[in-house]
Amino acid sequence: MIIFVVFPILNTIYISFLSSEGEFVGLENYANVIGSKDIFNLENFPKGPPLGAFVHNMIWILIHLPLSIVSGLILAITLRDVKGASVVKTLVFLGMVTPMVVGGLIIRYTFEKDVGIVNGLLYFIGLGDLAKSWTAYPDTALFALIFGSVWLWTGFSMILYSAGLATIPKDYYEAAKIDGASAFKTFFRITLPLLRPITVTVVTMTILYELKIFDIVLVATYGGPGKASSVLAFQMWLYAFRYFEFNRAAVVASLLTVLTTIVTIPMIRFMVKR
Amino acid sequence: MKKIRITKTTIIVHVIAWFVALIWILPFMGVFMASIRPYGEIIHGWWNFSSFNPTFSNFIGAWNHRNFPLSQGVLNSLIVAIPSTLIPLFVGALAGYAFARFSFPIKNYIFLTVVLLMALPQQSVAIPLFQMMMKFGLIDNFLSLILVHSAWGLPWIILFMRNFFSALPVEIEEAARVDGASYFKIFYKIVLPMSLPALASVTVLQFMWVWNDLFLALIFIYSDPMKLATQRLLYIGRAGPYHLDWSILSAASMIVMIVPILMFVLLQKYYIKGMVGWTIKG
Repeated sequence: MIIFVVFPILNTIYISFLSSEGEFVGLENYANVIGSKDIFNLENFPKGPPLGAFVHNMIWILIHLPLSIVSGLILAITLRDVKGASVVKTLVFLGMVTPMVVGGLIIRYTFEKDVGIVNGLLYFIGLGDLAKSWTAYPDTALFALIFGSVWLWTGFSMILYSAGLATIPKDYYEAAKIDGASAFKTFFRITLPLLRPITVTVVTMTILYELKIFDIVLVATYGGPGKASSVLAFQMWLYAFRYFEFNRAAVVASLLTVLTTIVTIPMIRFMVKR
Repeated sequence: MKKIRITKTTIIVHVIAWFVALIWILPFMGVFMASIRPYGEIIHGWWNFSSFNPTFSNFIGAWNHRNFPLSQGVLNSLIVAIPSTLIPLFVGALAGYAFARFSFPIKNYIFLTVVLLMALPQQSVAIPLFQMMMKFGLIDNFLSLILVHSAWGLPWIILFMRNFFSALPVEIEEAARVDGASYFKIFYKIVLPMSLPALASVTVLQFMWVWNDLFLALIFIYSDPMKLATQRLLYIGRAGPYHLDWSILSAASMIVMIVPILMFVLLQKYYIKGMVGWTIKG
């Protein structure tokens, strides 16, 4: 484990400070990479993608995190008293067990012009003019992938929240009912606070997932068109294993290491406190 | 009055729940439909049934693909996934037991490190591992994948098994020790049989993780005959740079995803337990 996990992490950080000839160059690679349009492309800022891989990851978090968590929670709560809930849960959860490569292909297929169901539904509701291959245009590719990833990931928060809900004693709800609390109030005063440990986990794991997005992008858009849907993990792979610029790639990898560590530390502290 | 209102909301909730399920399943339906119909039939949408001639030829085409037969891919993936599941399962169970039953000075720090390691993306380790495997001549060799997948799976397996063993009552083991059984014997005769459900959870999760992986396969395996099942999906059904034959690609996708999906459906209980266990009960 030390050979295959710990050493490589540290070695990657070390490589990120070296030139391609192996000399120590300090933060030069960082300035290069972070200054490049691959990571931050703020010239396009109000116009839309490509905005750089880092910004795309942040957009991913901004959209995917609330959507997948809230829909997972709503599903978990609604499905508590639905007949055949386990079937619905299994169907929603399929996205989580499907290989991400296949997930990416399905997303592309679903958004494709003529053959994809998204456009079929647009025709059906009379918005046929909007039909196009959503993943093939810079202004929509990123968002198509993000919505697709919500479809794949919602099962995660749903299952964890379902497990959490099952641990809340029924008496609490009965007591609330006797005291005349509204469903709204019961949710915010009982359900949500008791689910807090789960929310911490779900939020952390979901952000980690969003930072690690790779397969979906590679197979559905290859980061394109024109880098419009590139993300850090994908950009790192391009640098390292397509252009063989290991030092630049190491910068992106170290960036990911730092980001994931920052995200994980609150969860660890929360776990230790308990 | 009140009773009617309850049934009304119940109906609405049911309708919404099943509607959501329908929406969620639609993309999968699309893949399924595309895989069992000739491509000419689905170019105007798989929901279009003006002509419907189900066929098995897409599956055969993907399985026996000229340059990237999926049959070889599935075999390769199994060759990688089986040892990559069994090795960390064995090592992780022993280490997890040690963490749960014996105390040593820096235990908590090791434990926290393990949690942190679980969070890191594979990109964080890819370059040095690639250089290392290059040096040992293990590029294009399944051994590199098996080693890395095993090492990569260990942190969460140790954590998961530790949590499981910590919850087991110590009394039985103590009784056995009083009767003169060795640690080794206690582990194999008493602890292991009790931990079969936990081992099942680990097996399901780790196997799926390895089977579904693309990134590590991409950086270690380059020659065509060695490519794993997931890698082959990047080549099958490509009729040109922008044109995809969705029928054959869907059939290939079905074959690749049926393995984890079947595992999930059959061993759902263990999968969910594993998932909830290693994420929540840290």
